[in-house]
Amino acid sequence: MSHSKLTTMQEAMARHVPSGSMIALGTQLAQMIPFAAGHELIRQGKRDLTLVGPASDILFDQMIGAGCVSRVMASWIGNLTAGVGHCYRRAVERQIPERVDTVDYTNFTMALALHAAAMGVPFMPTYTTFGSDLGARNGNLREFPSPVNEDKLIAVRALRPDVAIIHVQRADVFGNAHLWGSLGVAVDAARAARSAIVIAEEIVAPEVIASDPNRTLIPEFLVAAVVHEPFGAHPSPVQGYYGRDHAYFTQYHEQSRELDDFEQWLQRWVLRLAGRPEYMKQVGDCRVAELAVREHAYSAPADFGY
Amino acid sequence: MGRAEREYGITVSPLPAGTAASKEYSLTELMVIAGAREIADGEMVFVGMRLPMLAYAVAKRTHAPNAIGLYDNGIIRMAGGAEPLRTVGDPSNVGGATQCGQTIDVMGYLQQGRVQVGFLGGAEVDRFGNVNTLWGSRGGETQRLPGSGGGCDIACLAQRSVVMIPHQRDRFRERVGHITSPGYGSGNGWRAAHRLPARTGPSAIISNLGIMRFGSDGEAFLASIHPGVQVEQVLAATGWTLRVADALLDTSGPSATELEAVRAVDPDHFWTR
Repeated sequence: MSHSKLTTMQEAMARHVPSGSMIALGTQLAQMIPFAAGHELIRQGKRDLTLVGPASDILFDQMIGAGCVSRVMASWIGNLTAGVGHCYRRAVERQIPERVDTVDYTNFTMALALHAAAMGVPFMPTYTTFGSDLGARNGNLREFPSPVNEDKLIAVRALRPDVAIIHVQRADVFGNAHLWGSLGVAVDAARAARSAIVIAEEIVAPEVIASDPNRTLIPEFLVAAVVHEPFGAHPSPVQGYYGRDHAYFTQYHEQSRELDDFEQWLQRWVLRLAGRPEYMKQVGDCRVAELAVREHAYSAPADFGY
Repeated sequence: MGRAEREYGITVSPLPAGTAASKEYSLTELMVIAGAREIADGEMVFVGMRLPMLAYAVAKRTHAPNAIGLYDNGIIRMAGGAEPLRTVGDPSNVGGATQCGQTIDVMGYLQQGRVQVGFLGGAEVDRFGNVNTLWGSRGGETQRLPGSGGGCDIACLAQRSVVMIPHQRDRFRERVGHITSPGYGSGNGWRAAHRLPARTGPSAIISNLGIMRFGSDGEAFLASIHPGVQVEQVLAATGWTLRVADALLDTSGPSATELEAVRAVDPDHFWTR
């Protein structure tokens, strides 16, 4: 018998993401980055987290700057439209606020690492990263002879995060989730992790989910908690819900360049706020209106009749 | 200081003194257009962020309407886009897409060898087309850079890879300190010795000054020079003794259609000054 896993962001992060966890986030690349969840982890003062993901735009940078992170396993850490991540650079180059170790991946090897765990096998084979210096620094990429021909391949070791935090458009209270648009590695991340937390723009009836089962990319048995958090991915976009707040990324870039400015940014946008509703009030109605979908584009209905 | 630099902290290479500044277009716009011209109609193209994203959009709107775009977030797009783009994950890049699959799907096509051309950017490139996006050094200081993204995968697996990078002496280095995305390593035969798939490797480096291609020995040479740029300027902005083609070409300036296409996808000159 299914039971509701609907809970608050505070409760979900407190219960399912202890300090020291390995967490996958930013799995849909530039879209649907779980900023609200990341900010709650910062407010709860989590420490010693390992962040896993291809990239999370500026969310990785913010969590690193806030001192939550001891290790990042990722393919790209920065600010997609402005360049480097200032907090990340301070942490790696000068151990401010503390030392962060990086295990460098590529987008493909990160996808394969999560896919291996999703498949329940110890590694996936590939030809990517041959000739790159990445392999020398990342022990999870290892050359091996193919057992079926004369080739050599790279074995990408399975990565099994403790928890995957996935932002979606809609889910039911049991955790069955519909997501669409930029999928990235989200589906494999949800399967690879010991448990998944679904952050949804909308909570819908199970009948809505069952009306379009091909779009159900995360089934409830993978999910430990469901959080209803409208605008939870801002400033990243959610297809069909809101656009990317380009200016926010630019402003963050300027406001994180110097350590003092970043600390003020952190107070203003994370620590002094109770949660996402207050955060969105600060973003302002005007900006929210600008990010709204200008022209809705609904898919044609698919007939599941029989 | 240009807008991108002022507002977005992006370092834009200054033009070498004496470069003819055209009133009609900027050399960064021409760089995007030169990138677009590397795409043949009907080809499968792995599209990276920033200038490559614009180059692909320009190709679609001009000479390559049947090119197929693959993006590392899993999007496969046959239709051209009408909207300006800041990231490949912008909702306007999903709207009208043919398929929104997973990263592993499009990377699989790349690994199968189906993708004819892929684009990548980087902080540094060297004489053999190796790209560094991990550890930079500016003025003796080591800098941590954002990382590979999909760049290394494209450099390893696309039939042809095209590197787009501003032409500066500290970016065009004799030897990169870190090979994030492999080119021809230390020369001919290196890719095969490092077990990279046959018939892959960089085909061009496109800068705001010219186009470099590769000899059979795997070393880059100046193949084409942009309008108003002098060979000496290119050599001065290159950190090694760059070979120059005997039959050095002049890059054609942008056509009206090409220029219109660049400005349609980057109307605010966010990426192209």
